[in-house]
Amino acid sequence: MSSDQASRPVVAPGAPAAETPPRVRRAPKKARRSPLRARLRRDWPLLVMVAPGALLLAVFHYLPVLGNVVAFQDYNPYLGDSPLGAMAASPFIGLENFRELFADPAFWDALWNTLSITAFQLVFFFPLPIALAIVLNSIMSSRLRGFVQTVVYLPHFFSWVLVVTFFVQMLGGAGLLSQELRDAGISPPEIMSNPDTFIVLVTAEAVWKDLGWGTIVFLAALAAVDPNLYEASAVDGAGPLRRLWHITLPGLRPVIVLLLILRLGDALSVGFEQFLLQRDAVGRQAAEVLDTFVYHQAIATGDYGFGAAAGLFKALVGLVLILAANKFAHALGERGVYSRS
Amino acid sequence: MTTDLRTRRRHPNRPAWEEQPGVVAQTAKGTVLTAVVLAVLIPLWVVLLTSLSSRETINAAGGLVVVPRDLDFSAYRIIFSGGQITKALLVSTLVTVGGTALSLVLTVLAAYGLSRPGSLLHRGLLFYFLLTFLIYPGLVPQYLVVTGLGLKDSLWSLILPGALSVFNLVVVRAFFQNIPSELLDSARMDGAGEFRILWRIVLPLSKAVIAVVGLFYAVGYWNVWFNALLYIDDNEKFPIQRILQSYILAGQAPQNAGTVGSALPPTLAIKMAVVVVTVAPIALIYPFIQRHFTRGVIVGAIKG
Repeated sequence: MSSDQASRPVVAPGAPAAETPPRVRRAPKKARRSPLRARLRRDWPLLVMVAPGALLLAVFHYLPVLGNVVAFQDYNPYLGDSPLGAMAASPFIGLENFRELFADPAFWDALWNTLSITAFQLVFFFPLPIALAIVLNSIMSSRLRGFVQTVVYLPHFFSWVLVVTFFVQMLGGAGLLSQELRDAGISPPEIMSNPDTFIVLVTAEAVWKDLGWGTIVFLAALAAVDPNLYEASAVDGAGPLRRLWHITLPGLRPVIVLLLILRLGDALSVGFEQFLLQRDAVGRQAAEVLDTFVYHQAIATGDYGFGAAAGLFKALVGLVLILAANKFAHALGERGVYSRS
Repeated sequence: MTTDLRTRRRHPNRPAWEEQPGVVAQTAKGTVLTAVVLAVLIPLWVVLLTSLSSRETINAAGGLVVVPRDLDFSAYRIIFSGGQITKALLVSTLVTVGGTALSLVLTVLAAYGLSRPGSLLHRGLLFYFLLTFLIYPGLVPQYLVVTGLGLKDSLWSLILPGALSVFNLVVVRAFFQNIPSELLDSARMDGAGEFRILWRIVLPLSKAVIAVVGLFYAVGYWNVWFNALLYIDDNEKFPIQRILQSYILAGQAPQNAGTVGSALPPTLAIKMAVVVVTVAPIALIYPFIQRHFTRGVIVGAIKG
């Protein structure tokens, strides 16, 4: 496999070698391109295959992108006979929705909650999968390792409704922990509805759900580290801790940087369902994040234009964050989230 | 758990230069791993056991049951007896099976159609798909479009908006591109069209990635809750996660919770049985597909 891969052109592994010239060097345009009609005759099945997916994205992704005009409207759902008709009939009010948004203290609360939860999880969640991956990687028995992996991946596939349900059953007022503490004569603490410790609770839930899943990519990176490096350093007298510091962690560096960037680019998204589900139990002050703010302003309250403005603000800041983070990654000499392909 | 490491002086897989970890290190490792595994298994165990307990056992335990005493299937009899919970399970099954099939078809077709650099419109189409990672439309316009298309209270609203995951598309596409092109070329020489090549050659070689991506889609459909909150008002069409949220978390009794005793108060066993039937399909299917994770996805994700 590796030997014939070297002989093929790198850029076009799936290309029909007989019909397309190798694209390693850019030949002059006229000589390279076969006429459009010939290419169409050759490639039309591929276009037919892509069409359904492209159409679906057009309707459910790009059409809504255009629908963001309601952020600049005094949107009134009763003006037309359908939301699209209402969109056409609603009056434009320019940046009025945004002015209102930035004057709303509830919006700044939500933004602050979002950012503090991101920061908290970056410190208390992000390193854990790395640590667990290193421990898992050091288990010699492959059966034991497989068993642990199977168990710890599982919660990733549970819905947030299930995760919150499990937490309520284990730690809530009528849950197992309270039950045992009461039997022991201790009055149980309020865990599930305490706004002061909410940030710890949501981080614990996120850890429970995704700690195991987060190890996958680090395990793959660890498997790719050259064992000769370990052997050579061991021969040179490096102990286990030095090997961890000088070989294992540098081996993980590209993945760590990549995931950090992804997380930073995603700083305004801390998860949606998790917070919507627990907002009522804990209260708006601690549990409202940007996503739930948009939901409550728009869908629950009916102020669509205002909610769309909040959503658009979040999307724009998110886009800037991703682009900036990626620039930053390239500047550090890492591959980044996307690179030219 | 660590006996395997402790009893043998040298583990057969251990490289010759690597020293045997000390007792302290091994105990620490064992403790951490045991704690992590138990943190996942204990809630599952307690919920399953409580759902299988009789009213007396639950009363004696003062709530959730940790130690097994008797087995009682009456909670399951009640939730499967044709009330709202049974209906919700049918709705979720329908959405999961239908949605996964549709998603896989869309993903495989688009992934194959985009797998050949240099084909007509290849760059533009790839950009069109990947741009969705950067530009997110936002909740409000999406809501307006879905309701504007008349999908309110239709099960299609749970399927169509997320039917194609571009991430899964990238993974499958990378897998397809790893298939040696000589294989496809020889089929083309023999006169096979693209559809036949996809069906006869590419798909049989891609079972691992299809299984993994199919699992991702199926889990997504089974877990759909928020879209149901947005678009489904008719409680005859609630999926199971919606029942779980309103009945278990918010504590509202489901309508006609079984024909046997509609006046029956929601007992803990019934609640936990609902949790178990929500977990069960995932917990039963996923271990069989998990072994493909590394081969199917990591390869694809790293390349993509």
